[in-house]
Amino acid sequence: MDREAVASHIPRLRRYARALVGDRHRADDLVQDTLERALTKLHLWRPGSDMRAWLFAIMHNLYVNQARARRSGIASLEDIAEPPAPGGAVDRLEIRDLQAALAAIPAEQRAVVLLVGLEEMSYAEAARALGVPIGTVMSRLARGRERLRQLLASGAGAAPSLKVVK
Amino acid sequence: MSAKVSETDLHAYVDGALDEAHRREVEAHLAASPEDAERVRAWQEQLAQMRASFNPVLDEPLPDRLHAAISRRRFPYALAASFLVAGIAVGWLGKGVLAPEARAPAASLSKRAAVAHAVYAPEVRHPVEVGAGEQDHLVKWLSKRLGEELKAPVLSREGFELVGGRLLPGETGPVAQFMYQDARGQRLTLYVSRANANRDTAFRFSQEERVSVFYWVDGRLGYALSAELPREELLAVATAVYRQLNP
Repeated sequence: MDREAVASHIPRLRRYARALVGDRHRADDLVQDTLERALTKLHLWRPGSDMRAWLFAIMHNLYVNQARARRSGIASLEDIAEPPAPGGAVDRLEIRDLQAALAAIPAEQRAVVLLVGLEEMSYAEAARALGVPIGTVMSRLARGRERLRQLLASGAGAAPSLKVVK
Repeated sequence: MSAKVSETDLHAYVDGALDEAHRREVEAHLAASPEDAERVRAWQEQLAQMRASFNPVLDEPLPDRLHAAISRRRFPYALAASFLVAGIAVGWLGKGVLAPEARAPAASLSKRAAVAHAVYAPEVRHPVEVGAGEQDHLVKWLSKRLGEELKAPVLSREGFELVGGRLLPGETGPVAQFMYQDARGQRLTLYVSRANANRDTAFRFSQEERVSVFYWVDGRLGYALSAELPREELLAVATAVYRQLNP
């Protein structure tokens, strides 16, 4: 049963990973690692507790460790791969700008911006998933959103390749 | 920014995390502060863009590897591979070589059933072709294809509910597979094929890697019940199946 519960979160884990990592295959790698880790640790999950936060926490830890291992830690333009199939009104360039901007902000800010914005977690839930105090979530959210705003504002109409410099 | 409205409040406003009274305060503040109003508008646009860009991921079909990662056990590739090799060895392509030794068909029955179980039981989205909701149609359809009147045993007393069934290619013709599941998500499958030798057999047990199989021939049909369960537990279910098919 718990296994089915884990399975029901896969689409959201994928959405988050795609936005976090950029590249579709690397994002699914991260989801796969997360599922495998979650299943081996399933006996540690307390029934009744928040499974979504638990799964996102596992994914976050894996992501941080992998990014650390890769050491470069910074997305190159090549890493900001193909956007997801456009869902109607969003035009490709806009996606590219948003992805480029997301890739250009620090990962810890990106994670908060996405958990709150995309996953629609409360600040408390995001804090649990990331293992940081709520105040930290708030400050990362504020900095992340401001930075994104500036990037998107300055990037409007410009070649996105110029924006991914850190 | 007014003393009452903080940066945090502005974000909470964007995230819909404020109560009514707070929300009104922030709105009043925004009306008086074009600069903050512009920032809030930009954040809202960010959110809309982000959702429009990434929400389509929710509807993408899952890649097989993620299905596999979540399925109850790792797929026993070794079992499937050994079956494939055996199939080729006995002349799967050459045919006719399987013209059986009295025991051989029953033995291969258990093996085929175990492979079919291993293939379909871990499926999350498409475990069956026809669901239990259309049970009458399912049983009629499979009966027609096998040319024998089939029954889907009721195993609620044993804790299993019918998930549905599918048609599979067997050695000499169509095979029916019924799938059941208990409250823990443990699945078992009943594999029913036409027996080529019209000779009843007793229950036989076979362990194919993690899959336990009880199989028997009853009249014109061969049955194999497979699950990743200990032998005794599976025997209890097999007995119930046998009794229902022979009231």
